Amino acid sequence: MIAIRPAQASDLKAISALDARLTGLDKPTYWQEMLAPERHFLVAETDKGVLAGFIAGEVRAWEFGQPAAGWVFAIQIDPKIRQRGVGSQLFEAIIARFKEEGVTHVRTLVDRKDHLILSFFRAQGMVAGPSLQLDMDLS
Amino acid sequence: MKLQTATRLGLYATLELAREPDRTLSSGDLAERFGVSSHHLAKVLRTLSAAGLVQGGRGATGGYRFIGNRRRTTLMDIVALFEPAPGQRAKEPGEDTDIGGALQRVLTEIDEIAEATLRSISLETMLKPAR
Repeated sequence: MIAIRPAQASDLKAISALDARLTGLDKPTYWQEMLAPERHFLVAETDKGVLAGFIAGEVRAWEFGQPAAGWVFAIQIDPKIRQRGVGSQLFEAIIARFKEEGVTHVRTLVDRKDHLILSFFRAQGMVAGPSLQLDMDLS
Repeated sequence: MKLQTATRLGLYATLELAREPDRTLSSGDLAERFGVSSHHLAKVLRTLSAAGLVQGGRGATGGYRFIGNRRRTTLMDIVALFEPAPGQRAKEPGEDTDIGGALQRVLTEIDEIAEATLRSISLETMLKPAR
């Protein structure tokens, strides 16, 4: 049984550890900033109180000229608990919160080589949006 | 994006059969449904069968059914059966020039985006009713 609830400061250590394990990058300050009141930072917890995953996002207006939309910044699920619908539960929970803020669109950015996360968002019903991300190497 | 006819037929046939995995359809049934050549479709079904996605087809009226994994099979898995792999593409005349090379980088960028899209969509996702 999985419960979804807002993240708290006491969750940061486990969130940061899960993210660092999956991405190889430790970024505790970034996760600390996700606790800001305007952000939606949710955790999925097992009935034993263990972190199963998290999702973070925010409603932003006029980013890149686009009207207000819910932006999903991050989602991570413990690999041991994948394929059990935890990611879908977290996604649905953040969507519900975005809708409460009155937005009608959800957006995210995904590494095009990360087929796992791309497939996840596709399976949730997301499709290519109106923007095209551009990049330039400055090194 | 332009797909070869065989690729399009492969996608049509796989998706139609995966829609109801217990159902058996002949190449003639599928050809009629999509308004395409039964002969061409029979060849495509043999490729899909060799790839382990469909099974059957014995005799002129033998039917096919889907035996793959809807959640794990992506559109790219089917496209890759019929289209040349990006690395196996024959070099076009002029590609070694600076303009040809610059154009090729743009086309490669487009191909990478197309491949990421096709690889991210499973049959299960394609067959889900629209939200």
